[in-house]
Amino acid sequence: MSGETSLIMIIIGAALVNNVVLSQFLGICSFLGVSSQVKTSASLGGAVIFVMTIASAVANLLYTFILAPLGLDYLQTIVFILVIAALVQIVEMFLKKTSPGLYQALGIFLPLITTNCAVLGVALNNVTDGYNFIESVVSGFGTAVGYTIAIVLLAGIRENIDESDLPAPVKGAPIVLFCAALMGIAFFGFSSLS
Amino acid sequence: MNSSMERIYNGIVKENPVFIMMLGMCPCLAVTTSVTNAIGMGVSTTAVLVASNVVISLVRKIIPDEVRLPAEIVIVASLVTVVQLIMQAYFVALNESLGVYIPLIVVNCIILGRAEAYAMKNDVFPSLFDGIGMGLGFTIGITILAFFRELLGAGTVAGFRVMPSFYKPIDMLVKAPGAFLVLGVIIMVMNAWGISSRQAELVSGDGCVGCAAADSCGAKGKENCEKKEEAKA
Repeated sequence: MSGETSLIMIIIGAALVNNVVLSQFLGICSFLGVSSQVKTSASLGGAVIFVMTIASAVANLLYTFILAPLGLDYLQTIVFILVIAALVQIVEMFLKKTSPGLYQALGIFLPLITTNCAVLGVALNNVTDGYNFIESVVSGFGTAVGYTIAIVLLAGIRENIDESDLPAPVKGAPIVLFCAALMGIAFFGFSSLS
Repeated sequence: MNSSMERIYNGIVKENPVFIMMLGMCPCLAVTTSVTNAIGMGVSTTAVLVASNVVISLVRKIIPDEVRLPAEIVIVASLVTVVQLIMQAYFVALNESLGVYIPLIVVNCIILGRAEAYAMKNDVFPSLFDGIGMGLGFTIGITILAFFRELLGAGTVAGFRVMPSFYKPIDMLVKAPGAFLVLGVIIMVMNAWGISSRQAELVSGDGCVGCAAADSCGAKGKENCEKKEEAKA
């Protein structure tokens, strides 16, 4: 992506064209695991949007003001994963105190996100793409929106599939993977947007 | 040596991380566009896994239980950084095609999973062989997946053309949706043959099933914590 790409293009690119789940394969574990009901998957999506936006911002600040000036950019993997883990803990404690309602909705999903590779992946990709602060936050937000779109759509499909009569070998993971494959083909349509 | 062979057999066949345990799905789907990439990813992951199993097994008695996970993550992240630097120095082309998936080995469930489930509880030697077995199992699993994708999607294996010239490659299989499709077909065939895997648990669980940290984070972690506190009281 070129430097003059507008922020809107970053959002569209991150959410639809390079969808984090369907074309970059990040966050597959939770994509397959937490997509049996629309309601839970939407809550997880909310939590991911929340954490990923904050994590992108913090990771960008750390990289620009600490790692890059000191020439320590090879430490980025270690620093980012620790920051994300700590951040998730802080966000969890903060939510618990300040907005119990939101905590109830997102609570159990927050620790899960620490090991969601999508969050670390976005932080690392932002550095590789050379995004500045605003662009990083926007790209983190866009990616998380893409994740939410994908997981909610899959959950919607799966709720319907549950009712139908499938051949035994296809039950379980295969049918979910086939749905994901068809969604991936559909999302290919967006590649002409970029 | 008998028990070490048993660990290796366990990793490759009985608890194969890709087809039976369904762990490490992200790299498994992302880098299997060609056999070369898959083997590169498999070897890097094996290297990290073996080293982290050994290191964690060595220091397991020093690490306090409360900070177990952060300590493990730091060890794994350091080892991944070492592998990343080696790749940048000696395997430039491979490093470029694997891209962000090399640093992402840190969050590969297999590594933390083995650390938690095996290395934290066992001596160095069994842990070493457990790492080798699991690493080989992962490498073989993703190579099989990559073999079918590359063979049918590009008509080549590891870059060499093997399909007859009249074969028209199915492009889609080496693109993103093909990964889901081929894995789905493989698991479907396994189901039809009656090889049971944990996939049913994976797709209907709470997302923690495949994850290493399940016992200490998320809903189950909270349960465990509460149990511990109750036991103390």
